[in-house]
Amino acid sequence: MSADILADGRIARRFKALKAEGRAGLVTFITAGDPDPAASQAVLNGLPAAGADLIELGMPFTDPMADGPAIQASSLRALKAGMTVRKTLEMVRGFRKLDADTPIILMGYYNPIHAYGVEPFLAAAREAGVDGLIIVDLPPEEDEELCIPALKAGVSFVRLTTPTTDEARMPAVMRNTSGFVYYVSIAGITGTASASNTAIDAAVARLKRHTDLPVAVGFGIKTPDQAAEVARVADAAVVGSAIVTRLADGIDAAGTVRPGTVEDVLGFVGELAAGVRAARG
Amino acid sequence: MTKLNTYRSGPDERGHFGIFGGRFVAETLMPLILEVEKAYRDARADPAFEGEMRQQLKQYVGRPNPLYYAERLTGHLGGAKIYFKREELNHTGAHKINNCIGQILLARRMGKTRIIAETGAGQHGVATATVCALYNMPCVIYMGETDIARQQPNVFRMKLLGAEVRPVTSGSGTLKDAMNEALRDWVTNVADTFYIIGTAAGPHPYPAMVRDFQSVIGDEVRSQMQELEGRLPDSLVACVGGGSNAIGLFHPFLDDPSVQMVGVEAAGRGIEKGPLDHAASINGGRPGVLHGNRTYLLQDEDGQILEGHSISAGLDYPGIGPEHSWLHDVGRVEYAYATDQEALDAFQLCARTEGIIPALESAHGLAEVIKRAPKLPKDHLMVLCLSGRGDKDIFSVAKHLGVEL
Repeated sequence: MSADILADGRIARRFKALKAEGRAGLVTFITAGDPDPAASQAVLNGLPAAGADLIELGMPFTDPMADGPAIQASSLRALKAGMTVRKTLEMVRGFRKLDADTPIILMGYYNPIHAYGVEPFLAAAREAGVDGLIIVDLPPEEDEELCIPALKAGVSFVRLTTPTTDEARMPAVMRNTSGFVYYVSIAGITGTASASNTAIDAAVARLKRHTDLPVAVGFGIKTPDQAAEVARVADAAVVGSAIVTRLADGIDAAGTVRPGTVEDVLGFVGELAAGVRAARG
Repeated sequence: MTKLNTYRSGPDERGHFGIFGGRFVAETLMPLILEVEKAYRDARADPAFEGEMRQQLKQYVGRPNPLYYAERLTGHLGGAKIYFKREELNHTGAHKINNCIGQILLARRMGKTRIIAETGAGQHGVATATVCALYNMPCVIYMGETDIARQQPNVFRMKLLGAEVRPVTSGSGTLKDAMNEALRDWVTNVADTFYIIGTAAGPHPYPAMVRDFQSVIGDEVRSQMQELEGRLPDSLVACVGGGSNAIGLFHPFLDDPSVQMVGVEAAGRGIEKGPLDHAASINGGRPGVLHGNRTYLLQDEDGQILEGHSISAGLDYPGIGPEHSWLHDVGRVEYAYATDQEALDAFQLCARTEGIIPALESAHGLAEVIKRAPKLPKDHLMVLCLSGRGDKDIFSVAKHLGVEL
């Protein structure tokens, strides 16, 4: 049953539609609850209309070991504003009342899920309308922790592959991945260096030899032009730190969101989407 | 207590001690972690590696250090016969160097050309900077800015030794944040960099590797006690932050049922005050996943990591090595705790009765000795791991005693 849910879930349907349109998708990342629950919900709700095809919603964690300064700061802002796993799932529920089709993938670290309890978390996430999970600190070596239970519960487990994932390792990395494959285009943390186009071309081609799943490319994509470059070769381009930074720019010293910030962030997403949509034109 | 045939066979091939341990790291690091594991296995099977390590521990570190009968303290407490394992006499003044020698030899064997490390109190940073000077390798030490402020002498030592000390401002600027930042560096520089983790925690194989390199402590105690008293010790006491000196002392004795073992956590201002006021992961935390392993952690209901507090910068880590978590769960080792005040009292008592100024970390172990020894018979042989010297702590101790230097 779960396999059918995954094969015919929102993620699969969205990539099928993108393929039919002959274009790549835009995947946008924001941190749930950053800088406060209301503003974050407003950004989340506005993302599909602004041009986001899939949404990664960050679950804030005190110790985001794979993230650069922008996403570290956004996690701390969200936690300071009282964000929790339960409230993150509430945000997804709120979004689902307005949008039944745009896939939502929760992205974060394992401990908050571990603390919630794996089975109760998966049941609550599925019920809230979550489609997939990207958990940075769960490599295939730890699949029994969350990946296998997630697949059984009908929640995709999107695997990260990196420049250091060699040929010998690739089958193990691909084995239980579902939804799509996320290619981390640099060896490094989020929001820092950018990979060259030729390196990305080669990496996507290599991944395609190992999987039939769509390939999304992220880390270091900051501008509409960069997003367009990636969209020429990949099935989707992921932008996170640049969006989060745009949001941070709209917060004053007291932590209050200045008027027009939500619109500004969504406007930037619109520019990214235009870049992605024009890439193969 | 679960009776097992052996407590020394862990971890399994996936790095688990019971439910603890594992390899919870980002995919970018995973191939490298596997490479470290293989290189370490090969090194241990190579007599040349073992030989070079033994040579350096003898000639450079100054091992074996004494197992010293603390006669005045024993008389003062009026019970058990107390021995100190004098790790504070090692070059650089703590047990940390034992592990650094082993890891830098492994890094060289793997062809790595750059070393990174995290440090809390600065002892591991100093030990790492020292071996990097010895082997002429560039060295970056991540240290929280809060710790930099309270451990100035060690910061200067590291710089003298040629290391670059990078202040970490994220989080609360202490050891866990320094470890996050070191992991971020490693993910960015996987090809040429080796991460020398300072405690028996992190992803497999680090907890086992650090334990093995520190087991020289317990191995020496075993043969020295045999020489001095003709038998095994009755109890072993060591402070536990991440727990590397404790596991090094305990591990060689785990299968000797007559030997009692006590790890002493930092209770800060008191366990009863809650997890923001202490750093006792086992006594006041619950299992979770951080920094590559499952272990007891200080965390809130939502799985967010809490900072903890201890007067000792070397103990205020919110986790503990996974093997300790397992040894606690199976009941082989007892985990007690000592408060800031108890450690300060022990610190002063040790200075006055033995002429030894212990590290505040080690003073936590000593505080437990002070509680236990008077109730035990005079033929009870108790060993305290005096893991480090206290020169680095005199400024913060003076502050707590209201003395201006």
